[in-house]
Amino acid sequence: MTAPRQADPGYNFAYLDEGTKRMIRRAILKAVAIPGYQVPFASREMPMPYGWGTGGVQVTAAILGRADVLKVIDQGSDDTTNAVSIRAFFARTAGVAVTTRTADATVIQTRHRIPEAPLHAGQVLVYQVPIPEPLRFLEPRETETRQLHALAEYGLMHVKLYEDIARHGHIATTYAYPVEVAGRYVMDPSPTPKFDNPKMDDCPALQLFGAGREKRIYAVPPHTRVRSLDFEDHPFRVQRFARPCALCGAGDVYLDEVLLDDAGGRMFVCSDTDHCEGRRQAAGDAR
Amino acid sequence: MTEPLLRVRGLTKHYGPRLGCAEVSFDLDPGEVLAVVGESGSGKSTLLSLVATELAPDSGSVGYRMRDGVTRDLAALGEAERRALLRTDWGFIRQDAALGLRMAVSAGGNVGERLMGKGDRHYGRIRGTALDWLAKVEIAPDRIDDPPSRFSGGMRQRLQIARNLVTEPRLVLMDEPTSGLDVSVQARLLDLIRGLVAELGLAVVIVTHDLAVARLLSHRILVMRAGRVIETGLTDQVLDDPAEPYTQLLVSSVLAA
Amino acid sequence: MTPPPDATPALEFREVAKSFTLHLRGGARLPVIAGASLSVHPGECVVLGGPSGAGKSSLLKMAYGNYRCERGAILVRDGAERVDVVRAPPRRVLALRRSVISYVSQFLRVIPRVGAREVVAAAGREGGLTPDRAAARAAELLARLNLPERLWDLPPATFSGGEQQRVNIARGLIADRPLLLLDEPTASLDARNRAVVVELIRAKQAAGTALLGIFHDSDVREAVATRVVDVAGFRERHAA
Repeated sequence: MTAPRQADPGYNFAYLDEGTKRMIRRAILKAVAIPGYQVPFASREMPMPYGWGTGGVQVTAAILGRADVLKVIDQGSDDTTNAVSIRAFFARTAGVAVTTRTADATVIQTRHRIPEAPLHAGQVLVYQVPIPEPLRFLEPRETETRQLHALAEYGLMHVKLYEDIARHGHIATTYAYPVEVAGRYVMDPSPTPKFDNPKMDDCPALQLFGAGREKRIYAVPPHTRVRSLDFEDHPFRVQRFARPCALCGAGDVYLDEVLLDDAGGRMFVCSDTDHCEGRRQAAGDAR
Repeated sequence: MTEPLLRVRGLTKHYGPRLGCAEVSFDLDPGEVLAVVGESGSGKSTLLSLVATELAPDSGSVGYRMRDGVTRDLAALGEAERRALLRTDWGFIRQDAALGLRMAVSAGGNVGERLMGKGDRHYGRIRGTALDWLAKVEIAPDRIDDPPSRFSGGMRQRLQIARNLVTEPRLVLMDEPTSGLDVSVQARLLDLIRGLVAELGLAVVIVTHDLAVARLLSHRILVMRAGRVIETGLTDQVLDDPAEPYTQLLVSSVLAA
Repeated sequence: MTPPPDATPALEFREVAKSFTLHLRGGARLPVIAGASLSVHPGECVVLGGPSGAGKSSLLKMAYGNYRCERGAILVRDGAERVDVVRAPPRRVLALRRSVISYVSQFLRVIPRVGAREVVAAAGREGGLTPDRAAARAAELLARLNLPERLWDLPPATFSGGEQQRVNIARGLIADRPLLLLDEPTASLDARNRAVVVELIRAKQAAGTALLGIFHDSDVREAVATRVVDVAGFRERHAA
């Protein structure tokens, strides 16, 4: 963990001006009050391109306090370009403490993963969302998708799953797998693998979702029922990996395939780098 | 005498200063097929849109006898109720299949959508029902996973029919369902529609400019001109012994109806 | 064979008048028939006589509701009720066609893709027969009318005029409706098949059906008519 330091005095705390942060907080409060509902907000231009997490960054900026400890992951990893840049961005503009340890963080901004270690009460998980509308690929009209949400007409969502089974024999959607939140709104959990879907259910942490280009914020409050959609005869299942992590030996985690050489050598390792390191360290300590 | 299934009263619609249709009234009983004929611009498509509640009338009303036997004014239904009615108890076969189908979704998904919409969550049963309906509309079972973008015009219309009838609606609206198709394809489609309408006892409002279609399918006919109904009655009576000058012109203008 | 005077006729024309207004020919009015009154009782076969153009066919079409009627009434008995076809709403006329009136025209209006036997059986089902009964009777009628069995499952669109006409007759006769209107049903038939139609008509008559018909052939007419009514008498009377 890197300790808090002096923020760059050229910026307002956490980059955004206070008026903007209040506006975003109001959107967040509404999103928390209506779990799974997409709240429009006046997304700002950020000093990074769309698709690099402008939505998540704005949500993080709006909720960050001086005492917070920030962790940023991209595909589970703390050390990819995107994660490093966003962490550096807030270290500079807010001067907050940053960490790679899931357990130590109070705010975790993520792209495409939920950490393996169970989250605890008081933590906030901020998702970067490219396309917030789960019905978008089947229904291009925004007016119509809003109606569908308003009236809870979600037959169309099952059409997508039907198409999967018809084409592949099983539900082949492996990420951005649609969920029903608190028995009401159907929500896109962002492009996280469906492996992570069960972690969203009854989670003690607050989950916030920010889509910068699409100007939407939505939320799953702590301990909310999150159910993955499925068919009676094709129930929701998470993918299983044939072998454990090549580095730490974990068998119940999400693995990334890593190419080792040009000869086709490869290994499967934990996508959550912090989790993997933690396990290896614990194994070393025990020895 | 029981209440009619559909009760249309005084439907009037202007587009700015231009008249869409004026003072159209009719009743439709269960199992009855009503053809609305006229040239393009006669107001027949406006009438159908008003009945389908896709357009709001300037005045007039559409009453529908719900499954509980109570006739309700459709304008007074809540949005959720209206939409639920439209996707379960009604069907709408459109001239342009691309507007009535999801072109990127497989035939099976197109047929299954209404079932999933009303809460069916068993893939095997949904697919089984879709296969039954594809057979009824003469689409080979091995086409179930093909999207309609790969279907011919006639097949698309047949798929549209299956997609609409799968929830066993009581009322089906049809807007020129056979126009733009080859004559032989038209004949096959008409025969299919005729059979299904009789077998399922559907009430149908069909808009067509083709008097032969009206004769083959409908019991009664409304002749529209310049937004108004100018003649109405038994289909064969109106076509064989037309009273109005315009209807006589219309009947005499076709080669064989 | 005079019916008892108190019996209600199956069909009664009362002072019926009909003309066509041809709007496409400057509104020219073409008088067809006027002051037509006649009754048909159950078990009777009334044949309409008179020159062509006298309005025989129009009378049948008016009784079936296919043509409008300008003046007068056309009463059709439906059980205990008498329905005026001229004033009845379309639904009532359709109901009469389902359960009371059969109409055999000269021409079969072919339906694409439907086989001959099914065309006939469907008419039977519409007339209230069970599907099994309709199928059996359709086969029986087509056989009696000498339609080769190899044609039964083919659509009649490709048949000869005489073959189509026999399908049409089978279609018109399959159901047991109390009133039968026949518009030159034997027009394009050979002697052998004409004889079959005569037998079928007599059987209907014997079963109590009321028949009103137009027959071009005098031998058929004489074989089936209980009475001939000359339509030439139903003309507009002009002031002298």
